[in-house]
Amino acid sequence: MRQKTGVGTWIGFVVILVWCLLPVAWIVSLSFKSLAETTTGSPHFLPQDFTWDNYKVLLGMTSDKSTSHDFLASLRNSFGISIVATILAVMIATLAAYAIARLEFRGKRLVLSLALAIAMFPVVSLVGPLFDMWRTFHLFNTWPGLIIPYMTFTLPLAIWTLSAFFREIPWEMEQAAQVDGATSWQAFRKVIVPLAAPGVFTAAILTFFFAWNEFVLALSLTSTTTTRTVPAQMSFFVGPDPFNPPYVQLATASVIVTIPVIVIVLLFQRRIVAGLTSGAVKG
Amino acid sequence: MTATTIPRDQTKAAPAAASDRSVAENRLGQKLVAPALILMVLVTAYPMLQALYLSLFRYRLTTPDDKAFVGLGNYGVILTDSLFWKDTLNTVLIMLITVAVELVIGFAFAMVMHRIIFARGVMRTAILIPYGIITVVSAFAWQFTFSINNGWVNGTFGWLPGISSTTNWYGDHWHAMFAIMVSEIWKTTPFMALLLLAGLSQISEDMLEAAKVDGATAAQRLFKVIIPNMRAAIMVAVLFRALDAFRIFDNIFIMTKGAQNTESSSFLTYRQAIEQFQLGMGSALSVLLFLTVLLLAYLIVKLFRVDLAQARGE
Repeated sequence: MRQKTGVGTWIGFVVILVWCLLPVAWIVSLSFKSLAETTTGSPHFLPQDFTWDNYKVLLGMTSDKSTSHDFLASLRNSFGISIVATILAVMIATLAAYAIARLEFRGKRLVLSLALAIAMFPVVSLVGPLFDMWRTFHLFNTWPGLIIPYMTFTLPLAIWTLSAFFREIPWEMEQAAQVDGATSWQAFRKVIVPLAAPGVFTAAILTFFFAWNEFVLALSLTSTTTTRTVPAQMSFFVGPDPFNPPYVQLATASVIVTIPVIVIVLLFQRRIVAGLTSGAVKG
Repeated sequence: MTATTIPRDQTKAAPAAASDRSVAENRLGQKLVAPALILMVLVTAYPMLQALYLSLFRYRLTTPDDKAFVGLGNYGVILTDSLFWKDTLNTVLIMLITVAVELVIGFAFAMVMHRIIFARGVMRTAILIPYGIITVVSAFAWQFTFSINNGWVNGTFGWLPGISSTTNWYGDHWHAMFAIMVSEIWKTTPFMALLLLAGLSQISEDMLEAAKVDGATAAQRLFKVIIPNMRAAIMVAVLFRALDAFRIFDNIFIMTKGAQNTESSSFLTYRQAIEQFQLGMGSALSVLLFLTVLLLAYLIVKLFRVDLAQARGE
């Protein structure tokens, strides 16, 4: 029996909302301040004179295209690299997770242990050797140069999420469909695919988040705007004085790259929570 | 993973001679995991060995002809340098403080999310935003929050002792460390809360009801029933978060660039290898960082008796 919602829970609810949304509200507010306002110093939370200028500058709707050119290029790189890495990682992880969930084979523990080790691996310690290797293989400052390590570092989470989902699928239904006269392809296509799709999709979201967020490798393995992703590009926005960066433009760029995240979260929150907790907790 | 043990749909093969079927299954399983296994080994194990090799050389990309074998010389230089120890101390401090704070706040959040019966979707959406947001963006948001000219902290919390309109949060070590830790905690508490929530939802209501009937106070129920029964979930959450916190890089790079002695181990490694092209020295730092994380993982697993099968997702 669960009792009525107490006052404490109500307060907790409000605290959590404020905690999670305040910094987001703050960058949104900053993105509508004018450059002049922050140059003179503006400790107010809300903009004193509301303006769309920063968005126009970053999205290339003004005559000065230098800022928008670099930003839009990095946005393109971020989308391209993240999507390709996600698709490839999920494909490889699906094969592995199917085997882990359904088959008995030697080396299963080895794969799971390696995945755990990689989930804890300090990515920075790869930066030096990868920098050296990628220059030899001509992968430095290329899309594959980032896609390959992104695939690797997202495999553990994708494998855990997918194998947890696959264990739940009632595989007998495939045989049942065949008994009822379906061909094995029909049984797979009409029965198994719809059951497995939510898991695959969840793994894809988590993988995409990782690639979209990644910073260390993006910073170290790229050198021009043809490959730099948004997080790396944003760290180069920082003008000559590190303590007086172009606040309003950075805030605007922040808002723009957060929009995909918020859209995905709004649409798929239930699945993301299920995916995040599936790998790590078992009763 | 679900609460119950999952019944395997195939019965274990007889222990006698392996049947054709199990041989085939073994082979298929290995084929299916091969791409993942090969990729993970090629991208992590091989470069790590490369780092081990390079760490024995004096090797700077700006003067490649000067490459020379120096044995363990690089390690000697690093381990006797106070900067290395200072950065390691910073990293350990950040790890201990952020994980401890996140555990407390995350637990409180999990309790609220567990109890709440309205607006669950809103709550889930809100809590996933810090999780999904780019760390670099979080770092910028908090950097501006604490900015002396454009932030709202000094104005809003000016009534607290030690904070005034002239408090410069990037002016000294402890203020800067505080700002960095706030950003780290904000971004990662939701992950902790969700893992704890999953553990919390495994506790049977009957057990709590029984404790209540037996006269246990709220505090007793929390410490004697809820927390002991969530131990496994808590330990896995701590293991993942502690190792993640130890690798802190993005927040420091954006917020202070390591000024005011706020550099972390990851930052030091990055700076040597990439900014200064010291591949020999940088590789030695890589190896040391890897060994530290390994040692840390070992200590956490042993000390807190983390169930590795669970962490592995078996």
